[in-house]
Amino acid sequence: MSDKEKHHVAQQHHHGPQGFIEKYVFSLDHKVIGLQYMITSLVFLLFGFSLIMLLRWQLAWPGRPMPLIGHLLKSSMPGGVMTPDFYLQLGAMHGTIMVFLGVVPLGVGAFGNYVLPLQIGAPDMAFPRMNMMSYWTFLVGGLVMLGSFLLPEGAANSGWTSYAPLSVQATAGQTLWLIGMVFLITSSLLGSINFIVTTIQMRAKGLSFFRLPVFVWAQFVTAVLLLLAFPPLEAAAVLQLMDRLAGTSFFLPTGLAAFGQPMAVSGGGQPLLWQHLFWFLAHPEVYVLVLPAIGIIGEIIANNTRKPLFGYRAMVGSMIFLGAMSFIVWAHHMFLTGMGPVMNAFFTTTTMIISIPSVVILTTYLISLWGGSIRFTTPMLFALAFLPMFGIGGLTGLPLGLPATDIHLHDTYYVIGHFHYVVAPGTIMALFAGIYYWFPKMFGRRMDDRLGKLHFWTSATFLNGVFFPMLLYGVAGVQRRLYDPTGYAHAVPVQPLNVIMTVSAYCLAVSQIPFIYNFFNSIWNGEKVSRNPWQATTLEWAAPSPPPHGNFDSPPRVYRGPYEYSVPGVKSDFVPQFSEDGGEPEEPRRKMASLA
Amino acid sequence: MSPQSPYGWWLPLNLSTLGPQLDRVFYIVHVFMLVLFVGWAIFFAYCLLRFRERGGRRAAYATDTRHLNTFLEIGVIAFEVVLIVFFSIPLWATAKYKTPSPQEAVEIEVVAEQFAWNIRYPGADGTFGRKDPGLMHSGNPIGLDRSDPAAQDDILTVNELFVPTGKPVLIHLTSKDVIHSFYLPVLRVKQDAIPGQKVAVWFQATDTGDFEIACAQLCGVAHYRMMGDLFIRTPEEFASWLKRKGAELKAAEKQKSAAKAADW
Repeated sequence: MSDKEKHHVAQQHHHGPQGFIEKYVFSLDHKVIGLQYMITSLVFLLFGFSLIMLLRWQLAWPGRPMPLIGHLLKSSMPGGVMTPDFYLQLGAMHGTIMVFLGVVPLGVGAFGNYVLPLQIGAPDMAFPRMNMMSYWTFLVGGLVMLGSFLLPEGAANSGWTSYAPLSVQATAGQTLWLIGMVFLITSSLLGSINFIVTTIQMRAKGLSFFRLPVFVWAQFVTAVLLLLAFPPLEAAAVLQLMDRLAGTSFFLPTGLAAFGQPMAVSGGGQPLLWQHLFWFLAHPEVYVLVLPAIGIIGEIIANNTRKPLFGYRAMVGSMIFLGAMSFIVWAHHMFLTGMGPVMNAFFTTTTMIISIPSVVILTTYLISLWGGSIRFTTPMLFALAFLPMFGIGGLTGLPLGLPATDIHLHDTYYVIGHFHYVVAPGTIMALFAGIYYWFPKMFGRRMDDRLGKLHFWTSATFLNGVFFPMLLYGVAGVQRRLYDPTGYAHAVPVQPLNVIMTVSAYCLAVSQIPFIYNFFNSIWNGEKVSRNPWQATTLEWAAPSPPPHGNFDSPPRVYRGPYEYSVPGVKSDFVPQFSEDGGEPEEPRRKMASLA
Repeated sequence: MSPQSPYGWWLPLNLSTLGPQLDRVFYIVHVFMLVLFVGWAIFFAYCLLRFRERGGRRAAYATDTRHLNTFLEIGVIAFEVVLIVFFSIPLWATAKYKTPSPQEAVEIEVVAEQFAWNIRYPGADGTFGRKDPGLMHSGNPIGLDRSDPAAQDDILTVNELFVPTGKPVLIHLTSKDVIHSFYLPVLRVKQDAIPGQKVAVWFQATDTGDFEIACAQLCGVAHYRMMGDLFIRTPEEFASWLKRKGAELKAAEKQKSAAKAADW
């Protein structure tokens, strides 16, 4: 596309929709869709978090009636004590909601949609209608998932992994879960194609691939993962739906029984097939969760250390390698299913190999701090916290990836602690960092700094209060998904840990109040800011805050790499990618001094 | 039971012959993780302190710290290779695949179901009798066909696993309904029980005591109650238990046929 044509497209977009519905509801604008994704996924995150708060009451004080809420949910919590079945529904839906309705739509749907076109200097996504369809498909999928709680038998209760044959004999909630998944997967596929095409086709003039900000790279790799990993799960979801509704036996072996009685199934299926198909998606999914976070962190660290990101190419290479490798590690979730020794050796080896790029990424960010002039802004605090938290998450993956140590730790709370360190104190911290960082661009106003710091310190403390005890609880050998763990002798001595985790979870919930208030209050009352309040270098800061329909005043042009901070010989400590002259030179006197 | 509680705030008591080796890998990995984390954390804290924003100082445009990264990566790779090749894979192969031959081992079959562990010993003839899913009912949970001569002396228990010390125990594990996971914390044994599939599990206990069988894979609403008892006994006690069980079985059979004859 020539400059002129691009400008023409931008001009057309300026005459955007005027009516409320077209502008804010069925919008084609990537920024409105991004915000829709953001608000929706934040609501889902809060809902998923509420589910686990209910569940944690039962774990800390098994069998004790829950005050207030226990009396509201009469059928699921008779006498204020939840039934084992409700406990399992809460667990399964917490996992599903947090992963598929919370973190992925926030990291990819919200930030990807809002920031990616701006960072590459595009007026919009390549396929705006497909973009809109992606959001609405996502919303339908989410509502189907939540709606399953209203069924007489309740929501899905076979874990977020939905292992067959348990999930095949489960109640109707599982059917809605599968239908919901089909919608969510379709939404992700629509989004990922759009991201890939937009990144390849719509970059501003001069923005070569190695001038792309790491955030764009992260989103690009994520989109490829989504596009390649999700279809097998969509197929698997349809197969399981057939097993449940049409009497097929894809996942049901011959001679199967249920609750002590022989089941009327033709058989011949294989329960492990589901696990292979599921984890073939769900392991790349981990990187779908983490990569956008890694991208956000890169932007914020470069901006707040005021220096170019160390090892940019190593970083990009690591992300691509991580993405590729993530397709051949899935069976490390299945070490204890009785796979042969060759399979185990293969998946152990690939798992250890994939830990290398993660170490590269983490170390690269740490080294980036060296020699910087670090500003401790609210987004920077969240970004910095990501590093040690992701570090713990990554390191605790090591004993799980080695089959010998996995025997004892498999299916214990150690696993839960491990992946929550990656996703909750890790990824969610990074997503908060992103919200604080791009909020001024989204609304033209800044979020309150003092409330932001309060939100940060309390969240960081209580997140660790929830998840660190989990690792210890797992070392003691306590299994996952137990309605009342205290029946087991080995869970009794460590029961006080459950109380610590639950209390921390409730404090964590209270810590989110300043954020929620700050977010909504700042939309209308925050301090007004200019186009580039953080003095950043990437393209999104060339657009007005908030950017109008079509984004830029004129199609931007890129002259340099993404992180030209503290360039020697330049007066200002940053030179934006869109700056043609490279910044005003330093005063000659100081230059002389430095020469001498 | 041993005087001290087998469970506390750390790894459970270890009564498996392979256990010390498995736990040693656990400690090696965790020490490595700790060293790496503390190293990162010190570097991190130092950077935050030394390179915080101060008036008049500019950030460095380029820093030559590349070798640091390379060293770290090479170190991590080397450690992981050693860990995989010399510890994890050999140990895993021994723990999971070097199963003892049926002649030298005590053979037991475990059939998991919602929500119990059905345990079967082959009896005096050392052979497991025929099973038929069609015969399954509440009094015959695994569908054992008692008309098969080899099945007549098969000893069945529910949720009670008796094993001897000092001799390898070979368990044939399967499930009749959903996926369960057979978990013996004090023996460092955990293995998924999958319907339609039979997996061999083995261990050798070093000391006696009463412990638990746990289920480690979500298997339905009463998953949290799917526990059994593990009784580790001396070989002599185990042999006399088997004998007693065999005699009880015979007596029960006799009673049954007597009742049948009376009916006739």
